[in-house]
Amino acid sequence: MQRIDIIRRVAEHDGLIVANIGFPARELFSVQDRPAHFYMLGSMGMASSIGLGLALSQPRPVYVIDGDGALLMNLGSLATIAREAPPNLCLVIVDNRVYGSTGNQPTARAEGTDIAALARAAGCPYVLEVKDEQELQNALTRISSAMTVIVAHTEPGNAEVPIIDLTPVEIKQRFMQHVEAMQQVLGNAGL
Amino acid sequence: MTSLQKNMDIDRHIVEIMQRTGVDLVCSVPCNLLGGILTLLGESRVQYVPVTREEEGVGIAAGAALTGKKPLLLMQNSGLGNCVNALASLTGLYELPLFLLMSHRGGEHELISAQKPMGAAAPRVLDALGIPSILISKETDLEKLEASIRSAYADSRVRAAFLQPELWPCSA
Repeated sequence: MQRIDIIRRVAEHDGLIVANIGFPARELFSVQDRPAHFYMLGSMGMASSIGLGLALSQPRPVYVIDGDGALLMNLGSLATIAREAPPNLCLVIVDNRVYGSTGNQPTARAEGTDIAALARAAGCPYVLEVKDEQELQNALTRISSAMTVIVAHTEPGNAEVPIIDLTPVEIKQRFMQHVEAMQQVLGNAGL
Repeated sequence: MTSLQKNMDIDRHIVEIMQRTGVDLVCSVPCNLLGGILTLLGESRVQYVPVTREEEGVGIAAGAALTGKKPLLLMQNSGLGNCVNALASLTGLYELPLFLLMSHRGGEHELISAQKPMGAAAPRVLDALGIPSILISKETDLEKLEASIRSAYADSRVRAAFLQPELWPCSA
């Protein structure tokens, strides 16, 4: 299982998706491009925090495609996520033990740091570890009413995918229009 | 009126400004000077998310702003240093609204030497980022604060204010 396989599975689910800077965002863009995707073009480490802000501010499911290297940059986020625990947040950590977008330099994970154990120790109650697509699929379908962290043990590797040819403001504007339209749909349905 | 009551008046005034300007999410790492504001926020209807590091607040604020919320990051000026990359390559890049409300340490009467370097650098760090900032040192300056918060949300930009210790009579 490589990162793009994980991204393909996550993109099958209905909700908002935040994709980490670099290849994660580019791979999501190539798998499927939707207004509900927030492609990070900068601010490494902020994926889980952006996802938390989204999950606290609107009711639809929010999937965050983060990485072990990026999460290690913002570990405090796990503690804040554990405390706030919005039930519509799913943090998917692509745990490939390398900084994949910069040439596969090893992260601390490669030396034994256990990402799932860190998430549990931070207080996240539902931490699922998966090692293949079937387990990932099962984990993603189990998500319904509780904040979940999925640690996906993955081989390093980037797919051959194009650069995202949207401007940051385009990404923002269509994302915000999508969120607003969905809020109206939910409002009209009395939800 | 005692100095302590005057302090509480200032804190109340600032929280009222947040409410009037529509602030609906506050992320914060505390500062001694901001204690009164944080207590009042805890009693208000404004959503309040304590964060472990200020940069995390920039990320949470960006997510909230993407749904139309009006976020504010409340912190000591030292926390600005922890936010720089995210302010530039997230909030600034995507043109998202955010107000940075900072207690400004390191001034003339500062007792902690470690507060001096970042206290002096913080306004220039904002200048370098192209983020307009104002200094608030007396209660009548709070009108400027209200206008600045409104402009951050109206223009979808980052704006900042430094609250000077002399704003609170008890801490000056």
